Amino acid sequence: MAAHAVATQERQGLSNGMLGFILFLASEVMFFGGLFAAYFIARADAREWPPVYLLTPEQVAAGVKLEVEFWLPFIATLILVTSSVTIQFAVFSIQRGNRSGLIRWTFVSIILGLVFLVMQVYDYSQLHFGVGDTIYGTTFYTMTGFHGLHVLGGVIFMGIVLARSLAGQFTAANHEAVEACSFYWHFVDVVWIALFTTLYIIP
Amino acid sequence: MTSIAIPRPAYAERPRVLDWLMTVDHKKLGILYLYTTLFFFAVGGILALLVRAQLAVADNTFVNNDAYNQIFTMHASAMLFLFIIPVWAGFGNYIVPLQIGAADMAFPRINALSFWLIPPAGLLMFSGFLFGGAADVGWTAYSPLARSSGVGLDLWIISVIILGVSSTIGAANFMVTMFRMRAPGMTMFRMPIFCWTMLVTAVLQLLATPVLASALAMLYIDRNFGGSFFDPNGGGNAILWQNIFWFYSHPAVYIMILPGMGIISEVLPVFARKPLFGYKAFVFATMGIGGLGFSVWAHHMFTTGAVLKPWFGFMTFMIGVPTGVKMFNWLGTLWRGSITFEAPMLFALGFLSMFLIGGINGTFSAAVPVDFAIHDTYFVVAHIHYVLFGGAVFAVFAGLYYWFPKIWGRRLDERLARIHFALQFIGFNLAFFPMHLLGLDGMPRRIATYSESSGWETLNLISTIGAFLIGVAMIPFIINVVMAFLRPKDQPNDPWEANTLEWWTTSPPPVHNFDSLPEVHSERPLWDLRHGKAAH
Repeated sequence: MAAHAVATQERQGLSNGMLGFILFLASEVMFFGGLFAAYFIARADAREWPPVYLLTPEQVAAGVKLEVEFWLPFIATLILVTSSVTIQFAVFSIQRGNRSGLIRWTFVSIILGLVFLVMQVYDYSQLHFGVGDTIYGTTFYTMTGFHGLHVLGGVIFMGIVLARSLAGQFTAANHEAVEACSFYWHFVDVVWIALFTTLYIIP
Repeated sequence: MTSIAIPRPAYAERPRVLDWLMTVDHKKLGILYLYTTLFFFAVGGILALLVRAQLAVADNTFVNNDAYNQIFTMHASAMLFLFIIPVWAGFGNYIVPLQIGAADMAFPRINALSFWLIPPAGLLMFSGFLFGGAADVGWTAYSPLARSSGVGLDLWIISVIILGVSSTIGAANFMVTMFRMRAPGMTMFRMPIFCWTMLVTAVLQLLATPVLASALAMLYIDRNFGGSFFDPNGGGNAILWQNIFWFYSHPAVYIMILPGMGIISEVLPVFARKPLFGYKAFVFATMGIGGLGFSVWAHHMFTTGAVLKPWFGFMTFMIGVPTGVKMFNWLGTLWRGSITFEAPMLFALGFLSMFLIGGINGTFSAAVPVDFAIHDTYFVVAHIHYVLFGGAVFAVFAGLYYWFPKIWGRRLDERLARIHFALQFIGFNLAFFPMHLLGLDGMPRRIATYSESSGWETLNLISTIGAFLIGVAMIPFIINVVMAFLRPKDQPNDPWEANTLEWWTTSPPPVHNFDSLPEVHSERPLWDLRHGKAAH
């Protein structure tokens, strides 16, 4: 009988690492699922949305307004969706063995991710409500905040990929980290699209 | 006999202490898991004895109310999050790669990370005692109580999130290991039953634990940043916490018991000298429990009046079906077997009888009108302990006695084991059976004391005596382990005439686990070899 390596039976299709990474993303989906559940239960409980009737006279006097700006987050959404395309170009590049393309597209994706974060922070600074201003403020900042942390994590992930690309560690045959990074970034993007639809579009 | 040669790698030598601190070997990590979790079992046990000492007599002032709240909260938190859930990861770490004929887990370094998150998280949780009081709102941390409790609860929240990360990444690791690292010939339906229970447990952990993390994050935001998730004044919903918490914590009940069922299903066939009766039915029942486990969480919340009672009651009865299937798997395995009563078998039979009671009083509680009567009484405390002590802890000891020769190369003494079992079995029933009666008589759980006129004193005293008897039962166990460690390693590969691949290699196994592997034609390759069955 032919000798089998016991420990590393790499098979066709997904590698062990990618399978593990996809399972990790599944757990992330469940985490955001909990937050979305909280949001929709709050909306189901509320008489109107945004729940301005919950504001105390003190909050009204302090200038609290439960309103969000639409166009800035909309542009940020376009930027994040674009970055999903650019990180995919990075993957396509290295799949063809094009290292300079990998470096270029990863760099572009990092810049787009950072622009998104800057826009989000600026957007926060323009809002007239805080995390403590009714369930509206609590859910808004918790959901966008956890998403923002994931964007930051993704930017760091892409930074590591960029550093490893510059060190010449990836080849057409061996670039698992790049693919894992792109999966993660697409996940962050999809969560944002769900968040944008939920928080900004559903009336 | 045909076997498959495996190339052997070379190993670097490291100082002994550094080796344990830096190891990525699944066996060493498994042992570290077992030591750590048994330490927290002891801590949780001492807290339980403090609870029982306080409740031994009416109007007792042994501990004050604040201390009592912290003690019972930390007892449950330590037992659930720091003992039972990670102890299965410990057994799984050591045994799963061996049972599937692999050299290690799929991601050894992530495995080390999973383990090393646990000790600091445990210290963090208990550090509350140094900062004005540990968590004191029960392990369920219901709002609004949890919104106003002290800083100990913040430490508890962070600790449980860290433990959740540990079990989530551990779960992904177990899943990839079992999907991808099985020996040649071992299909999914030839995996030993313990592996199957670990696999379903891993799926539950992967999908449920992050939901708890989201609830804990919300609670943390409510407590520290003025959030309104669980505050109706700000448009939040206190019941929301219960829904999300139990969406995790009910599957978590199966996380805590399924691997124990797996251990029992390894032990019973070996000591009845028969293959497991209905292997496939058992696998599907395990999957069924895992799947149904996600649809019953609100049976913890019937008395809120805010849940669909017929649905959750019905689904809870439904979950009794696959559990009943397993009961018949075990009984069918014992039927006409050549049964011998070594220590692992004693504890497995202890599990079988005690878990049966826990299952019956659980199904009993699923009936909505009954639940309204017994909700938040000692009946529920009796139920959880028949499942988690009578079930899970008996299975832990069955596993320890069963795999001790494999893990440490030495056999535990049978006479001391029998004394341990007898004391633990009697103590357990003395401690927890009276709680059924106390519950039916209306004694609420989590009260720090009760008046003499309640008439609950005799049963509580019996319960306390039983609890201390369980404590005494640990003495022969500890003596047994210490004496075993003083003896040389003398165990053969397969001292029990067992069925699965971990018994093919030496006791304890070499770093690379296997020098060779037999052909695998069923879930019991060693049985096949002994009985000359090449195919199945």
